[in-house]
Amino acid sequence: MRRYLAHRLLSALFVLAGVSFVVFLALHLAPGDPAQILLGPMATPAELTTLRGQLGLDRPVLVQYGRWASRAAHGDLGRSIMLRRPVLPELWRRFQATLVLATGALLLAFPLGVLLGVLSAARPGSRLDRLSQVIALVGISMPAFWVGLLLIIGFSVRLGWLPGTGMYSPAGDGGARDLLAHLILPAVTLALVPLAIVSRLTRASMLEVIAQDYVRTARAKGASEPRVIGWHAFRNTLVALVTVLGLEIGYLLAGAVYVETVFAWPGIGFMMVNAILTRDFPLVQGGVLLIASVYVAINLATDLLYAVVDPRVRHV
Amino acid sequence: MSSPGTEAARRRGRWRAAGLVIVLAVVAAAALAPALPLADPNRTQPSRRLATPLTPGYPLGSDHLGRDLLSRVIWGARVSLVVGVLATLLAMLAGTAVGLVTGFYGGLTDNLAMRGIDLIMAFPYILLAMLLVAALGPGLVNAMIAVAVVNVSFYARGVRAAVLLLREQEFVEAARAIGSTEGRILRRHILPGIVGPILVFVSMNIGVMITESAGLSFIGLGAQPPTADWGTMLADGRQFITVAAHVAAIPGLAIFLLVLGCNLLGDGLRDALDPRLR
Repeated sequence: MRRYLAHRLLSALFVLAGVSFVVFLALHLAPGDPAQILLGPMATPAELTTLRGQLGLDRPVLVQYGRWASRAAHGDLGRSIMLRRPVLPELWRRFQATLVLATGALLLAFPLGVLLGVLSAARPGSRLDRLSQVIALVGISMPAFWVGLLLIIGFSVRLGWLPGTGMYSPAGDGGARDLLAHLILPAVTLALVPLAIVSRLTRASMLEVIAQDYVRTARAKGASEPRVIGWHAFRNTLVALVTVLGLEIGYLLAGAVYVETVFAWPGIGFMMVNAILTRDFPLVQGGVLLIASVYVAINLATDLLYAVVDPRVRHV
Repeated sequence: MSSPGTEAARRRGRWRAAGLVIVLAVVAAAALAPALPLADPNRTQPSRRLATPLTPGYPLGSDHLGRDLLSRVIWGARVSLVVGVLATLLAMLAGTAVGLVTGFYGGLTDNLAMRGIDLIMAFPYILLAMLLVAALGPGLVNAMIAVAVVNVSFYARGVRAAVLLLREQEFVEAARAIGSTEGRILRRHILPGIVGPILVFVSMNIGVMITESAGLSFIGLGAQPPTADWGTMLADGRQFITVAAHVAAIPGLAIFLLVLGCNLLGDGLRDALDPRLR
């Protein structure tokens, strides 16, 4: 187990280094000169040369990357061009908002998806199975940004039951009730795709397990159907579920972009869209780096959890 | 794997047919758009703005500039279809080439290419698409390239896995034994074997591609106004949901229907081409 752990940690670090290089390089190659952006269109060539020298933009790419990466490793991601503030505190504030949204969606999608998948697999071809199939198909076919708008039109504009924009009411007290009211519609929107995927994968994995001999043995020994499904079969689908959980958390953090844009949720995705449109590259770099790092960490955690759930994995 | 018997098979057949009808209808409307008796999708008429659906002269209503929504939805289908199909083709060709070479020859090339793909897959794919658009600059073509690049890794991995299996088969060994060249083995023996899996992947992938590129347009990183694109139409309509909800709802419905059609068809295709999944 210890060797497995070391191996996985090392390769995660390796991937992280690669990710940071890709992030740096992509925006380094982007058209547009940071010195020009900072100084504006009226800058003289001499001023530009001086600033490029100060920023180290005249050094080789690898040297620039090294400086940027070592600063990033110390928590210094530079200053946002538009906000004129350090990037990291802003990212952290935004990331917390995204985390709230993603957690809300996960709490909706995962239990419901697993339940739907297990019940469908218990009686394949039943009315519930067909219904969950339709839900999954419709769920993955509906673009999240459209669903969000429909929910706003229905529940905010027409019925006036729930707020449709932002995280707190401007006049509110900023309490938990206010947050919850604002969270419901975006969380439901974001939960749709993971719900579809989790329910289908749970069903497929359950059906595979149910076909195995030991399940027949359990039935032959007279175990009740709920016990066979809920205890014997379900336990062996946990491995598949851990993988899906990891993948879905990653999806939720990045896929929140559309939902955040629709609901003006002050998360990291919404921030990054604006940063890209205003070419605020330090903010974009920081944002991509943060989400990608979290994603790598989640994948690592998934692999380790995998080893805990399924002892066979440890010997790979 | 769903319930046994002919009843389930018949139901699946009906779904597949429904998918085919939807996709064909959208393709036909898009192809015939110039010949249809439609208003100019970009002609503004401020006096008739935000007309509700079924207003005389505006079957689906008009947007905030008085442009005919039916015409814009149909012209928008051209954009969505072309972008979706081109992005899929691009990803498929590049991914298949990488998968074929790495899977068949192995060695250092394989190792390096796979580490590169691991790296690409270390990003959530929406994030990587956004990063690419940030680097290339917003625009429809760049959004299409971004969506394609992000998906190359999926094709490469899938094709490589299929090639690795085929490479060890006896008929490939036999071909090698009678002196076939590597190139001939690749073309005549390996390639035909991976066409099925690739088609299955394409059919499942194309819906995602369409949604993704519409999504990038929606957040302002893809097609730019005044292009009649479903994503940008939705973004435009967003500002008027309190007074004219249909302006945003209708283009979204179009995306939903097309993607649903693709997914229904894709499921059917997968059942037909991959007997293991029946």
